[in-house]
Amino acid sequence: MLEINDLHASVGGSEILRGLSLSVRAGEVHAIMGPNGSGKSTLAQLIAGNDAYTVSRGTVELDGEDLLPLSPEERARRGIFLGFQYPVEIPGVNNAYLLKAALNARRKYAGLSEIDAFEFLKLARDKMAMLNMDPKFLNRGVNEGFSGGEKKRNEILQMAILEPRLAVLDETDSGLDIDALRAVANGVNALRDPDRAIILVTHYQRLLDYIEPDHVHVLSEGRIVRSGDKSLALQLEEKGYDWLREAASA
Amino acid sequence: MAIESDNIETLVNRRYQHGFVTEIENDSLPPGLDENVVCAISARKNEPKFMLEWRLRAYRQWQQMREPTWAQVHYPAIDYGAISYFSAPKSDANRPRSLDEVDPKLLETYDKLGIPLHERARLAGVAVDAVFDSVSVATTFKAKLSEAGVIFCPFSEAVQKHPELVQKYLGSVVPQRDNFFAALNSAVFSDGSFVYIPKGVRCPMELSTYFRINAANTGQFERTLIVADEDSYVSYLEGCTAPMRDENQLHAAVVELVALKNARIKYSTVQNWYPGDENGVGGIYNFVTKRGDCRGENAKISWTQVETGSAITWKYPSCILRGDNSVGEFYSVAVANNYQQADTGTKMIHIGRNTSSTIVSKGISAGHAQNSYRGLVRVMPQATGARNHTQCDSLLIGKDCGAHTFPYMEIRNPDAKIEHEATTSKISAEQLFYCRQRGIAEEDAVNMIVNGFCKEVFKELPMEFAVEAQNLLNVSLEGAVG
Repeated sequence: MLEINDLHASVGGSEILRGLSLSVRAGEVHAIMGPNGSGKSTLAQLIAGNDAYTVSRGTVELDGEDLLPLSPEERARRGIFLGFQYPVEIPGVNNAYLLKAALNARRKYAGLSEIDAFEFLKLARDKMAMLNMDPKFLNRGVNEGFSGGEKKRNEILQMAILEPRLAVLDETDSGLDIDALRAVANGVNALRDPDRAIILVTHYQRLLDYIEPDHVHVLSEGRIVRSGDKSLALQLEEKGYDWLREAASA
Repeated sequence: MAIESDNIETLVNRRYQHGFVTEIENDSLPPGLDENVVCAISARKNEPKFMLEWRLRAYRQWQQMREPTWAQVHYPAIDYGAISYFSAPKSDANRPRSLDEVDPKLLETYDKLGIPLHERARLAGVAVDAVFDSVSVATTFKAKLSEAGVIFCPFSEAVQKHPELVQKYLGSVVPQRDNFFAALNSAVFSDGSFVYIPKGVRCPMELSTYFRINAANTGQFERTLIVADEDSYVSYLEGCTAPMRDENQLHAAVVELVALKNARIKYSTVQNWYPGDENGVGGIYNFVTKRGDCRGENAKISWTQVETGSAITWKYPSCILRGDNSVGEFYSVAVANNYQQADTGTKMIHIGRNTSSTIVSKGISAGHAQNSYRGLVRVMPQATGARNHTQCDSLLIGKDCGAHTFPYMEIRNPDAKIEHEATTSKISAEQLFYCRQRGIAEEDAVNMIVNGFCKEVFKELPMEFAVEAQNLLNVSLEGAVG
């Protein structure tokens, strides 16, 4: 589904990704791990189309289509979802309003009719019940005054409603207490689907106790230095990233 | 959210939608202003003597006055001698008595503006006193209003039919010599609306006037007077659009509101006059004096305005809180894009005891525009227990625009409680990326964020108007983010 080949990218003149390649098939869950500054978030932002990053070499394709010329909204409408590490507050914009607009943008692209407010509310309530969220969330400003955990849950809610083809979750586990972590993990697991791929970007192994990945990749200095199954994550937990860095430079 | 990204280019480059000129012959006075012109205007309207004398007094005062320069706006000097001070549709002699008699071309104009007068008026239950150029052409729902004893008519008609009311209240809130533009208006005002709500009457419908400027080189000098007698209530809507043209057009309206004991007046404006093109050429100069007088105890006057148009906006809807326990409110959204300049705000003058006022101002600047909030809160020594809350927020889109805040406070009673909050924010790249990542086009994302920013003010508008205001805002900010 997602094919990344020899990707080089920089932000503000410094090169962050240096020849990254990754292949993700439908139905798979991939975990991207790595130390701070290894390029994990850059990868997530790049897949979503943030134009703060410049690609100098390499390709990114979704179902055989070149993603790089597409705007963020065009990518989103094709089913790419980014769960942000730091979801931004948009004061005054109603959460439900943004979500409904987002859903309808996606539906319209897919040739489906727009859904009305009533249908939307029903859908949103069902998903919120699944995530154990207070329905009052819907009427608040987007992330406005939300706690860290609430923001992350809100991202998962958006994902649940938008039903993306490819979800990239950037450090969704950071700053969550154990209950929130469980709720978020349950939400992600409920969305595992043979037609959907999920990329978990995470610093810690902890999240993977709850969401079992099919593949684990370790990113270091802008490249994937090791790939394996979930046991790789456990090894990392035990030995730390230095173990791989030493292995890579050896 | 129905905008496909392919169409954004088209949208951004879309010109002012309401820019067209209806070809109706105008019966205009030649340009220039002297006492003869004032007399001619008065004579054409067949005005009683008191009215002519009032105009002449205003004219003489205006001659002694100078154009104010304190506002944060810049424009080439206005040649008052080059303006024609009267224009009326030719068909004025045989004024239509119903919509069937209205010139079909006029109705077409309203249709183009999305204001199908008949349908809209009937469906929405809104009485429309449409001002086309300087003379009111059609007035509807008269019967229902007169049943309630409400007078809602063109100002010139009020001068003929209710001279005692006009004489009693005209200029009692905005005196002729109040300011340069008000004096000019007092001398040459062409027409406008008059409203009188009798004691104890709740006006059965929202009163609405659509203003339109049509004749080239014709300054518009509207005069509106609304009197709410004791224990009455009225909600008045004013909205306008204008055709596209290159010459700058001067507009100097005066609106006076009088609220007697326990009366409430809600005055809402959506202003969408031609702002000039993207290079700042053309556009309306809008110098307006709007003031309400809470003359009796427990009176309440509430101004809500959405200002998206005009090249220059100079406008300070104000409240004089004379009656004890009277309340003044000002809710404003002012948008300035491209080279627009807006200097707008309010004055709250606390005179009575336990008076309170609320000011919520939302300024949005984009392009090269300059947007200023200018507000005065004055508490007189006798105004014990006065309260004011001011909230003044600015939103910047892009890096070439400016937002300025000039709050003045003159507090002469130590008992007063005055609060002032101000914020300035930008639409951030992060916010836009977040929305776009969810599939929402950039233009729509901007609209969404701007509408969120203005929500507090929009909720003060009557429902139907709120939708219109939101649409207007979206059109006004097209192309603001590139």
